[in-house]
Amino acid sequence: MVAAVQLKAISKKFGDVVAVDNVDLIIEDGEFFSMLGPSGCGKTTTLRMIAGLEFPTEGSLSIFGEEVGTLAPNKRSVNTVFQNYALFPHLSVLDNVGFGLKMKGVDKKEIKVRSMEMIELVQLNGYENRKPSQMSGGQQQRVALARALVNQPKVLLLDEPLGALDLKLRQEMQVELKKLQRDVGISFVFVTHDQEEALTMSDRIAVMHEGNLLQVASPEEIYETPANKFVADFIGRTNLLEGTVSDNQTVILSNGTPIRASSNFSPGTKISVSIRPERATITQQTENGDSLSSINGTVETVTYLGNARVYNVQFAWMSLEVREENRTGVELYEPGTPITVSWEHDAVSVVAD
Amino acid sequence: MSTAVEPRGWAKLALHINGWFVYFFFYAPIALLVLFSFSNNRNVGIWGGFTLDWYQEFFNSSNAQGALSNSVKIAVVVTFVSVILGTMSALALERFTFRGKKVFDALLYLPIIIPDVTMAVMLLLFFGEFFELLDMAFGFQLRKGFWSIVISHIAFNISFVSVVVRARLTGMDTDLEEAAVDLYASRWKAFRYVTFPQILPGIAGGALLAMTLSLDDVVITQFVTGPGWTTLPVYVFGLIRKGVTPAINSISVIMLLASMILVVLSLFAERARHSV
Amino acid sequence: MAIASDQSSEEDRMTPQFEKVAEKKESRRGFLLALPSYVYLIIFFVIPLIIVLVYSFATRNRFGGTDLSGWNLESYERIAEPIVRTILFRSLWLAFLTTVICLLIAYPFAYFLATRRPAIRNVMLVFVMIPFWTNFLVRNFAWRVILGNDGPLTKTTEFLGLGTQELLFSQKAVVLGLVYGYLPFMILPLYAAIERIDGQLIEASRDLYGSAWQSFRNVLLPLSMPGVIAGSILVFIPSMGAYVTPEILGGAKTTLLGSYIVTQFLTARNWPFGAALSFVLMAIMLVGTVIYFRKGGRTL
Repeated sequence: MVAAVQLKAISKKFGDVVAVDNVDLIIEDGEFFSMLGPSGCGKTTTLRMIAGLEFPTEGSLSIFGEEVGTLAPNKRSVNTVFQNYALFPHLSVLDNVGFGLKMKGVDKKEIKVRSMEMIELVQLNGYENRKPSQMSGGQQQRVALARALVNQPKVLLLDEPLGALDLKLRQEMQVELKKLQRDVGISFVFVTHDQEEALTMSDRIAVMHEGNLLQVASPEEIYETPANKFVADFIGRTNLLEGTVSDNQTVILSNGTPIRASSNFSPGTKISVSIRPERATITQQTENGDSLSSINGTVETVTYLGNARVYNVQFAWMSLEVREENRTGVELYEPGTPITVSWEHDAVSVVAD
Repeated sequence: MSTAVEPRGWAKLALHINGWFVYFFFYAPIALLVLFSFSNNRNVGIWGGFTLDWYQEFFNSSNAQGALSNSVKIAVVVTFVSVILGTMSALALERFTFRGKKVFDALLYLPIIIPDVTMAVMLLLFFGEFFELLDMAFGFQLRKGFWSIVISHIAFNISFVSVVVRARLTGMDTDLEEAAVDLYASRWKAFRYVTFPQILPGIAGGALLAMTLSLDDVVITQFVTGPGWTTLPVYVFGLIRKGVTPAINSISVIMLLASMILVVLSLFAERARHSV
Repeated sequence: MAIASDQSSEEDRMTPQFEKVAEKKESRRGFLLALPSYVYLIIFFVIPLIIVLVYSFATRNRFGGTDLSGWNLESYERIAEPIVRTILFRSLWLAFLTTVICLLIAYPFAYFLATRRPAIRNVMLVFVMIPFWTNFLVRNFAWRVILGNDGPLTKTTEFLGLGTQELLFSQKAVVLGLVYGYLPFMILPLYAAIERIDGQLIEASRDLYGSAWQSFRNVLLPLSMPGVIAGSILVFIPSMGAYVTPEILGGAKTTLLGSYIVTQFLTARNWPFGAALSFVLMAIMLVGTVIYFRKGGRTL
């Protein structure tokens, strides 16, 4: 099967600044693909290169096998949902949606029929004669989607489209977007800096940092086995404990505590051990626990979150975060209490520095 | 943004008095001018009962009529050309990078900065030399008149139009143009269907400014005009220097009226600018 | 539509020069858009400017014409003559005076405007815009009517028992006309600068024990400085080159640089001297403007 989008050794420089550095990437047809990273990591530049709004400095970029490196954006069969929607303020919703078809020279009657179908699909019937300024953020978002999808693009590009919405609306739109993607069946390339959003919606996620691609994998894989320290830290919350690989079953933390953790790194490699706060549990301090899957410490602070409590535990030179769900019968530990933090051995992952 | 804090006590009073003084200062002279244009007295500034004679005189004077029609003809051509050239410059400066852009940008500012008198001198000497050159080289006998005035007015109006249009372009999101191109519009179609409608209020504002400046100009026009091409301000200026008569009052009021119409139109353009 | 055929290997399709080619094409488009105005301004602005410069080094012949052969600095040397110096300093002084008066009236006015409610503020702003757009010649002429013999002003002063006034054809009348003409040029940039300032900054200053004066001096004034400079330049430049106002409201003793230059061309027929004077006038303006932009000014 031909890849929907393929990037081969793509680099983009703005003057001396390298925005995207030698990236190889394949986006399959029909997948919901997210590009995730902090601002300035090159994710938007990559998206804009696929759209044709920037041209790559080096490398090859193809869409369904057709090389499009410097092809003008209006000649590419991809469409974009812009960050602030970029709806034409002087045109009605109907004319906004029909814009692409009009530019392609589609027959007027057909434009109207297809636009109305699309407006119905995004549930905006009755709004077709309004101007964008007369609509709410969520509605504008739908117009932007309809305007792109009506052209039946082979790939839909979305540049942080939910960033401007408030939390509740954003969560609703996440579900809706995912459903829409399944219905139309084309691949969505979704740029975001919100890791939760990426985890919820994507089939696969690409994590980017400083122009480099760090990891491309499914949400589970990225969360459970992050490729390196940056990914582990960026996706969700985690405790990173520095140490050295002792053998393929054991890691010696930098204060000398041995911990059971399986890895393929050769002995002596400097690594970090990642333990997710919700995978650890707190118990009264005991001497007879599994010393390779637990450490002793003191409760420093307790933060009450309603559905959970977050403990900060003082351990040797650092502070560990442990999250306990607020179930009935859960014991509460006061600050200053000596406790044991323990975990199942598969809760630990070893990440490269 | 919160409004600036209003002071209390005597400072507040002083601000209010100054505020109303400014409006009085602006409008009292204009109001008096209008009033005295209806005064039946040979001396300007002395009330002698109501009359429309001075307006009658204006409409009977073929010189004044001719000057008015000259002014309008010139302003129309000047506005048309300045708007096209000014808008193109604005687009080039706001949307493209090209070699020599900085020089062009600076060059475009000069006609705004340079005093009228200097520009008038420059163009006077230019047309003198230029016509002589044509005469020597091809035997053309050209005289200053319509075209020399039009050319001079355009030379400063390109800059003013481009400043106004540029302000509008910087306010417009480049996202919109990118969205258009993403939606299969060619560069030209993106301009035609997205950029142009967006900057239209700016272009209209620029056109009105160009027309106003062309209709108002005295100094430069006086230097580059030729036989038969006296404009209304030059005509009035000549009358004032010969001696003040109430007839000037009536012409002034008519010019005032023309200015007012342009202001009102420009306010509409301004409103359209905010609503889009 | 594809850039290369399928046979060629993918590695050699995209090379750095493709990006360069695309950039060049864009650059050419921009250049072509600017070209007509560029050419226009070079022919009808830059060349005339050069001609003025050339003339300023030429010699006036006996018949009032100009000989372009004998190059000399005579015209520039004449600027040192007492009459010319007097006129030059008078112009500088009156332009300075006009600017200061405009500033003193416009600053409190702009602040007053900024403290009004938005709806009222817009209406008030419109009534500042109207004189800005109204014919300058006519507005100056209005003062001629007011200041004239037995005119409204004299009537008023007589009524108040202050005797007659003799403002017309004096320097005071010229400054009055210039202030009247250019006040909107001062108000608008000042208003734009003051309106942008967050009112909470003044409140913060008052909260931190600043008196009203200290708050103005240390917070408001520095923040509104760009507006002060922009407005001052916009008033100073046309005042310095004023020609219409002194012609209408001034007399023999109020010749300013602008009128003096015109005289050189239309009456005295000493073109080289007139050209040299215009060049000096322009140089003063350019230096002022460059300083303004260097200091970080963005808009005019």
